[in-house]
Amino acid sequence: MYILVSIAILVTMVLALVRALLGPTVYDRVLAVNVFGTKTVLLLSVIAFLYGRPDFLDLALAYALINVVGILAVLEFFQDRSRKQQGADND
Amino acid sequence: MIDVVLDVISWVLLALGGACVLIGGIGGLRLPNFYTRIHAASLTDTMATLLIFTGMMLQSGFSLPTMKLFAIMLFLLLTGPTATYALANAALLSGMKPDSGVERDRGASGGVQ
Repeated sequence: MYILVSIAILVTMVLALVRALLGPTVYDRVLAVNVFGTKTVLLLSVIAFLYGRPDFLDLALAYALINVVGILAVLEFFQDRSRKQQGADND
Repeated sequence: MIDVVLDVISWVLLALGGACVLIGGIGGLRLPNFYTRIHAASLTDTMATLLIFTGMMLQSGFSLPTMKLFAIMLFLLLTGPTATYALANAALLSGMKPDSGVERDRGASGGVQ
């Protein structure tokens, strides 16, 4: 059963990568990368149980922390940039 | 007896979680515009996380991995919707209009290309 769940997660990661490459706007790409990161955490946890090595859960926890900080930083960067562009348009 | 019942419940939860992950992934690829794709992605963020982690917690019993799983699940459930909200807010502030899906996939509704 763990192997089925990990295959489902892997397929979803591939679909998210396709969306990240296709995505018409930058926000589509950020959304796809966010989905990819969340699925990585899920995959690490499932693999920890698949191979019977619960140490992998620490890696999953660390990856969850890194992922959310990265997404928020990227969003802040793009929001700032689009605001500056709007300001430049108004000038 | 109780072990078998817990096993069956956890397999069912894991299978439902895998189905949620797949549905969210397909929706994130196939839905017509950005705001609908956010809807599909947030399905995998919350529902699949809840189901898969609850299933694994039932498998591991009352031990240290269960506490780690609970911590990861709580963290994902707190940060996933926050990141999705920040994403939608950033897209809205940058001038991307929510439409009814008529303008498909061209990025025609504005936003940073």
